[in-house]
Formats: sequence, structure tokens, C-alpha cells
Amino acid sequence: MSETRDMIVKPIFANNPIALQILGVCSALAVTSNLKTAMVMTLAVMVVTAFSNMFVSMMRNHMPSSIRIICQMTIIASLVIVVDQVLKAVAYDTSKQLSVFVGLIITNCIVMGRAEAFAMKNPPIPSFLDGLGNGLGYGAVLLFVGFIRELFGAGSLFGIEILPLVTNDGWYMSNGLLLLPPSAFFIIGLMIWLMRTFDTSQVEAPDFVIAKNSQKEAF
Amino acid sequence: MEAYISLFVKAVFVENMALSFFLGMCTFLAISKKVQTAIGLGIAVIVVLAITTPVNNLLYNLLLKEGALAWAGYPDVDLSFLGYISYIGVIAAIVQILEMVLDKFFPALYNALGVFLPLITVNCAIMGAALFMVERDYNFGESVVYGVGAGLGWALAIATLAGIREKLRYSDVPAGLQGLGITFVSVGLMALGFMSFSGVQL
Repeated sequence: MSETRDMIVKPIFANNPIALQILGVCSALAVTSNLKTAMVMTLAVMVVTAFSNMFVSMMRNHMPSSIRIICQMTIIASLVIVVDQVLKAVAYDTSKQLSVFVGLIITNCIVMGRAEAFAMKNPPIPSFLDGLGNGLGYGAVLLFVGFIRELFGAGSLFGIEILPLVTNDGWYMSNGLLLLPPSAFFIIGLMIWLMRTFDTSQVEAPDFVIAKNSQKEAF
Repeated sequence: MEAYISLFVKAVFVENMALSFFLGMCTFLAISKKVQTAIGLGIAVIVVLAITTPVNNLLYNLLLKEGALAWAGYPDVDLSFLGYISYIGVIAAIVQILEMVLDKFFPALYNALGVFLPLITVNCAIMGAALFMVERDYNFGESVVYGVGAGLGWALAIATLAGIREKLRYSDVPAGLQGLGITFVSVGLMALGFMSFSGVQL
């Protein structure tokens, strides 16, 4: 049982796909300017990673290894089409806001990376859980960044006003920078710093060590 | 002509693939440690984008768009939901063909690009350009210009980042920020710089 839990919980903090494996950063940044799109994106990615992992793993013994990439790609693309059509039917406005980024789940490295690294070697159920866990790890970063950007950038969460803005006779002067693309980089950079401060095993070794300042010998 | 020039400048600077839409970030962060390799990858992206965007444009306009199959006698068929799977198929196929052609006729270039070509299939920038092209309804001429411009912008961004990271090696970075963290922060600063182009009216 604890193994199952590990599989879902580990990718969220200890082995986060975005902060540690540098996978799937692309879409992570563009959809986080408010929480609602971040939430929808999280769900979409979770569904796609979990099911693509499951299907790839079910077919893993029947795929010749020379064409496995194209097989995985087809499975992933079909799943993304399903997700996209469902989104268009259920939440049309949000799907318009996400614009091309739903389609870009296909090229999201998390999906492909997990299919290749985990699902090709493991049975369907663990693969499904691994996909779910990695989707959650991705979602955790997305929601964290989305939370900060929307709260301090627009003073609201899920579109509901939390900090009354100066423009609406409140007291909070919104920070417009947080709604612009560059802020996402800063927030993720700082988040990585925070995570690695608590878990020092994640710190990367520097390429180049600066020599100690030489001290003069005493006379 | 003027429209094309303004589209080109917009694709390179104002709507830079990497820095304002965050596309191709995985490779952008992973393969930007050395200027040499970054430039190689950048050129590969330009070439692939310049070919795949127009081809996908033709595919969309002649086969997938609503009413596009009128020439075959099916004026009511709308296949646009097949878009994603066809674009990725086209991209994968073209990258494969390009690899074989380069191997046969330009071995020097093939060796220089070598590892990066297959990686490009899963680069979001390529897929992103195809999707933006469809969303904005570009015609064939515009899609060629957009493909080249977007590729050039991406190559410019990765080459610049690689230059910054080469210098960054010699700076004293706090332990937790080492590597990925500081790269994110510097990309953020670069994106801020590129944002100054967004006020340019063409």
C-alpha cells in the first residue's frame, strides 16, 4: 500500500517533474496568470498522463521498439483530442482562454517522458498511478504559481475578489508585473530555491568552483 | 509586402516563441549550456519551422477546414478535430525526412545537428507555431513568413541565453539557486527585456 502512496506522493515534492526533471515547463508558465485556467490545465494534463501511461503500458509488449515513439504519440494525440473536445463542450470560455495550450499537451515532455521512462517497463495499474502522480506534481506547481500570480496580480482568486483593489475603492494596489509572462519565471525560480533549501539533496553541483580568497600569511 | 515585414518582426521580437509564449522551454533550458550547441539547435529549429508551418497550413486549408473537402464532393465535412494528430504526424514525418536528406546530401550539417533533429519533434515551439497559424487563420504566404520569423526568434533567444549561462558559470550563486533556479531567474529578466518590444507599433 505504501508503495502505491509513494508513487502518487513522490512526484509532488521529492521528484517534481517541473522543478527537478525539467519536464513540461512550456505550458506550465503560460496558463498560470489566473487560477481557473491553471486548474483546468492541471486536470487536463492529469487525465492525459494517467491514461496515456495506462494505454502505453497495456500495449508495451506488442509495440516493436523501432516505432514505439510514433505509437506513443498517436495514443497521446488521440487522448488530447478527446480532452479538447470535452473542454469545448463543457467549458467553452476556459477552452478559448487556454487557446493553443491544450493542443500543446501533446508535446508536453511529461506525458512523453513518463510513457517512455515508466510505462514501457511496468504493468498498467502502477503506470496509471505514476501518471496520476506526475500529473499532480505538475499541477501542484501550476496551482502554486497561479495562486501567487492571481492573488497579487489581480487581487482575486478564481475571479472572486480577495484583496479589494484601489480602482474599486479598496486598499490593494495590484502588481501588474505578476500578470505578465516574466513573473512566472521568477516565481518558479524562487520556488525551486525554496524547495532546495528544505531538501538539500536536490541542489545541483556547480560547474565551476570559485577559489577561496587567498589570505596573506602573517609575518 | 509591408504586412509580411511587420508579421516577421512581430514573430521575431514582439511575440517571441520562447520568451513571451514559453514554447520549447524544455529544450530551451536543457540545451543552453554552450553557445555552440545552442546555435546548432537554433538553426535546426528555424529549418524545421520554415518547412512544417507552411505544410501544415496547406494540410489545414485543403483537407481539415470546414468545407475544405468541397473539391472531393463533401462540402459539409468538418475534420478540424483531427488537427492535432495530423500536425504532429506531419511534423514527425518531416523531421524524419529532413534527417535522411541531410544525411545523404549535407553530411557536415547533419553531423552538426545530429542529436537535435529527432528532439525537435517533441519541441512545443514547432507544434505551437502550427496551432497559432490555424488559430490566427494565416494564408500560405503569411505562414511561410511566420514560420521563419518564429524560428529565428527562438534561435535568437536560445543563443542569447547560452551566452548568459556561459558567463554565469563564474558567478557565486547561492546553493539552492544553483543550476536550474538561476536559469529561470535569468530567463525571466530576458523576457522582461523582450517585453519592451511589445510597445512597438508597426
